[in-house]
Amino acid sequence: MSYNVTNLLYLITIVGFILALKFLSSPAHARRGNQIAAVGMLIAVAVTFAQKHMTGYWVIALGMVIGGGFGAVAARKVRMTAMPQMVALFNGVGGGAAALIALAEVHVILPEPGRPKADISVAIVLSALIGSVSFSGSMVAFSKLQELIQGRPITWRGQQFVNAIVLLVAVAAGIALIAGWQEEWLLWTLVIASLVFGVLFVLPIGGADMPVVISLLNAFTGLAVAATGFELMNNVLIVAGMLVGASGTLLTLMMSRAMNRSIANVLFGAFGQVSAEAAAVAAGEAGGTVRSATAEDVAVMLAYAHKVVFVPGYGLAVAQAQHDVRQLADLLEEKGVEVSYAIHPVAGRMPGHMNVLLAEANVPYPQLKEMDEANPEFSRTDVAVVVGANDVVNPDARNNQGSPIYGMPILNVDDANAVVVLKRSMNPGFAGVENPLFYNPKTVMLFGDAKDSITKLIADVKAL
Amino acid sequence: MSHGTILVFELTILVLSIFLGIALISQVPTLLHTPLMSGTNAIHGIVIVGAMLVFTLPDMGAFTWIVGFVAVVLASANVVGGFVVTDRMLEMFKKREPAKPVDATQDGKGTE
Repeated sequence: MSYNVTNLLYLITIVGFILALKFLSSPAHARRGNQIAAVGMLIAVAVTFAQKHMTGYWVIALGMVIGGGFGAVAARKVRMTAMPQMVALFNGVGGGAAALIALAEVHVILPEPGRPKADISVAIVLSALIGSVSFSGSMVAFSKLQELIQGRPITWRGQQFVNAIVLLVAVAAGIALIAGWQEEWLLWTLVIASLVFGVLFVLPIGGADMPVVISLLNAFTGLAVAATGFELMNNVLIVAGMLVGASGTLLTLMMSRAMNRSIANVLFGAFGQVSAEAAAVAAGEAGGTVRSATAEDVAVMLAYAHKVVFVPGYGLAVAQAQHDVRQLADLLEEKGVEVSYAIHPVAGRMPGHMNVLLAEANVPYPQLKEMDEANPEFSRTDVAVVVGANDVVNPDARNNQGSPIYGMPILNVDDANAVVVLKRSMNPGFAGVENPLFYNPKTVMLFGDAKDSITKLIADVKAL
Repeated sequence: MSHGTILVFELTILVLSIFLGIALISQVPTLLHTPLMSGTNAIHGIVIVGAMLVFTLPDMGAFTWIVGFVAVVLASANVVGGFVVTDRMLEMFKKREPAKPVDATQDGKGTE
């Protein structure tokens, strides 16, 4: 197939990808967009098969069956709560593929007389470096989320220093390659150092910061793919890679803004440790009494309310209580109560995760309100029900300049007439920060496992 | 076309893609950020084209065959897994499930 025909057909693929992103602006056509992108991908693969000098059809086909088979099975079986690790895994393999392509290119190009053009060298170095970091970093993120290794920050003395040295080795090898010192072992050094760096850089990042890390790794793989595009002088890789790079970067920024922390702080801060002392200080100041209620009391509050807003946090997903919450919401709606859900941007383990979990429980999406939409509503809400969320409803983020989470945008549940907090015990949340919401006179606590409490509420509302 | 000219074209495409990406992504509601992420995940599976192109290199040795094969396996997992999981998620986003009493009465009118 000629160069021009090939690129025209690749253009169809590019348009497909762009439409997929465009259709994602509304849940009504988002699925159609994804299907269009899949067709675009199929065209690109078919066109590539028809290239001049193509060999090893059977090897490629076998690879596709193995990889595709694994991907299809994993994607069908994965539970929606495990979506972050699935995305991390697919991210990693994409980055790994980009790094391998760089290795193959260098292996074949090297023995030829005359050095490769400088821009090709730059592209090879970048795709190998970013791809390797993305691969090993994603694998660590996957292991943390899958709880194969502990999710807490793993730190040791001199960590930043070691990381800097490893990265420096990778960059130095890269510069030597670009400068024309064409040795294959240099690329191997670069790849190995980058792999080690990927591991070291994700290890100290805690579980609650995963939304930022996953977005960042997503951006990395996109950039690695775009660099591969320059390496192979292939437009479709450049465009697709950069679209993903832009998306990942934007999401990374949004997530760190929603947590009110700079990206540098997320990546190098090892949050859990810093805030432990601050929490101890805050705990001393917090006082007042906590009112606890029984499920019957809460059931009455809910059943006679006009408007109830549920505020779900990751605790809800851990307890697998999203289906029960939805049953309770249905019951309340039958009684004429207006029900909606207020979703904080970092609820869950990846951007938008909570929406998916609730959609899985058949919550109609018009009821899912994002923060900007939900906050003005609280003042005309009778009862706000906080399930498994803590820091995202902590008024200290608004009022207390000494709080470690001061400045983080939160859901203003304390504007509601009454607040019910479903919580296992009075232990502070992940960040270890005390929450004055629990001591607010408007607030009642319903202690116990989220799923059990909701089940009791369902029974009590039915009995009314 | 000279190598330099192609490079300039590629850089132009690169920069335009960045702006296009930002414009498109900022239109995506937070509601759909997880599908956005897994969808873009599937899109970067386009690296499969690069993996396949390894097999067009001249003088392929055993090393190149193996590396190319592994790259195709990884990239295929990326593509298929990414699209399937995104489709699964987007299927779940519904306005109202069809089996509601309100819908049932409308159906009744239709069949009369």
